[in-house]
Amino acid sequence: MAEEISPSSNFRTWPVVVALSLVSAPLVLMFIYLFVDTITDHAPGSLIPNRFTLEHWTFLWQDRPGKANIWRVTFNTLVFATSTTIIVLLVSSTAGYVLSRLNVPGRAYFLAGVMVLHAFPSVTLIIAIFIVLQMVGLYNSLIGVILVKAALDLPLGIWLMKGFYDTVPWEIEMAGITDGASRFTVWRRLVLPQVMPALMAVGLFSFLSGWSEYILPQVLTPGNKVQVLSVYLAGLIADDNNFDLALFKSVGIFYIIPVLILFLFFQKHLMNIYGGGSKG
Amino acid sequence: MRILLENFGKSFGTFKVIENMNLEIRSGEMLALLGPSGCGKSTTLFAICGIHKVTTGRILFGDRDVSNIPSQQRNVGVVFQSYALYPHMTVTENIGFPLMVNRLPSTEIKRQVDEIAAMVHIEDLMARRPAELSGGQQQRVALARALVRKPDVLLLDEPLANLDAGLRLEMRSEIRRIQLETGITAILVTHDQVEAMSMCDRIAIMKAGKINQIATPTEMYHNPASQFVAGFLGNPPIAFLQGTAEGDVVKVDKCDVPVPFPKTVKSRPAGARVALGIRPEDFGPAGNIVIPGRVSFVETQGRENLYDVQLADGSILRSIQPVRDDIAVGDLVNWGANGDKVMVFAEDGARL
Repeated sequence: MAEEISPSSNFRTWPVVVALSLVSAPLVLMFIYLFVDTITDHAPGSLIPNRFTLEHWTFLWQDRPGKANIWRVTFNTLVFATSTTIIVLLVSSTAGYVLSRLNVPGRAYFLAGVMVLHAFPSVTLIIAIFIVLQMVGLYNSLIGVILVKAALDLPLGIWLMKGFYDTVPWEIEMAGITDGASRFTVWRRLVLPQVMPALMAVGLFSFLSGWSEYILPQVLTPGNKVQVLSVYLAGLIADDNNFDLALFKSVGIFYIIPVLILFLFFQKHLMNIYGGGSKG
Repeated sequence: MRILLENFGKSFGTFKVIENMNLEIRSGEMLALLGPSGCGKSTTLFAICGIHKVTTGRILFGDRDVSNIPSQQRNVGVVFQSYALYPHMTVTENIGFPLMVNRLPSTEIKRQVDEIAAMVHIEDLMARRPAELSGGQQQRVALARALVRKPDVLLLDEPLANLDAGLRLEMRSEIRRIQLETGITAILVTHDQVEAMSMCDRIAIMKAGKINQIATPTEMYHNPASQFVAGFLGNPPIAFLQGTAEGDVVKVDKCDVPVPFPKTVKSRPAGARVALGIRPEDFGPAGNIVIPGRVSFVETQGRENLYDVQLADGSILRSIQPVRDDIAVGDLVNWGANGDKVMVFAEDGARL
């Protein structure tokens, strides 16, 4: 439980607040304008809005010419992020346990290998992945990009989960086994609940990373039917014929709303990643 | 149920912890595995409950050879030193877990959990989680969880090590009461001789992977098989004097006092080195073999005083006596040892 920590009286806080406010003012201003611009119009060359309008949000119920349906794209993004998260959670929760507890030949090499994989920027792999996906027929399909994204996210998840499993006392497992539970039951009923905070954090990270992923879907799923939001957004700004900055901003806001909501609900769990372990 | 270890051995890699151990725990008996840390007592316990695989030999529960049977099918109850309660479960769920994995109907689980909870006196704590319990309460829950399955044998791994002194006294008698009430066969692993003596029917004392002696606490205290056993039991501990055998007597080094061999001991060849063991209660003003010395330390224990008496060769004899205030540090005293109770050990530590 986080306790209220009363501010230190060693120094005054207001000069710090003023200094920080000044430095971050431009950013805050830009965010405000980002939002204001989506619901107003203004005369060319002017910064002051002169008219309230919902015109820039029409993309929600009207398909733009040559563009994919926004709800379809949103649905694709949701499927992409959720599936990636589920795969990452399933694999890292089990693999982490095995690496932490069972006899794995060459455990150290495996862990080092996983780490190296994590160090590769995905861009450097993308041409090879593109060729592989095309050969197995998963190019331009959500399944393909989901598998690739999950594979790239797994190293971090596995390492984190292994670290958390390491903190669970052996005695709990021994007690479970002598109580007559199978190894799987011990994992599922006794050990997994101890690492729930880590599981939440890994899942959330994975979802957010999937939601904001751009380069993989851009290269591997450019088609209108399988497009995700980040690609849709990039398509707007790259469109020289009907360039519409206000529309771009509106889609941008639409894109980050789910992330903000998620953050509001789960930020406590996200911060948990450095706490964790078993208590009691 | 009778537990039998036959030529039991356990190695980790090439390192042999225990070799050729034979041990029988009688049905309904509580046996202590006593020894210093690293002597293999916990290894033996973990082999009996199936967490460690047996390297050589056999382990029998009754007539059933369990050497190669996984822990889950052995029906043992274990109380770990850290209790190993499941932190995310309530007391009820903790105790019911062994029944739940055996797929008993929930009404039956509830009935048995309530029954065992009443026995260990934790009925009021059933909705709490382990973090909300005191050490003694956690200990009771761990006991209840170990017993709820009606195991063939109850294994206790240093169960009192994490408790403070008062609670330790209370739990000592509680564990013994519950063991007698259920009539379960129990093995207690401990390094504390007081625990072993006060709780158990018999003690198996271990050193470096070998059992040195198996006996009842009284028998072991009064008739230890070796110098190691004599030194391990008793608080304050026994004192040892070094000397040389000469005919029927032992000449203590640098003292002119000849200590006659007790009647039970065959005389040693002249010149043989021996050690004399004298317990604090057998040395005092009433003793018949006078060994003069100087009081070097006085420890007040309330009901009794413990005196350290330094002899000419620098070795220390201990004497425990009812409180008296006529003796101070530095006084010369002519106290004596009780000749019948003196123990004689050969140079290799074996009792003569």
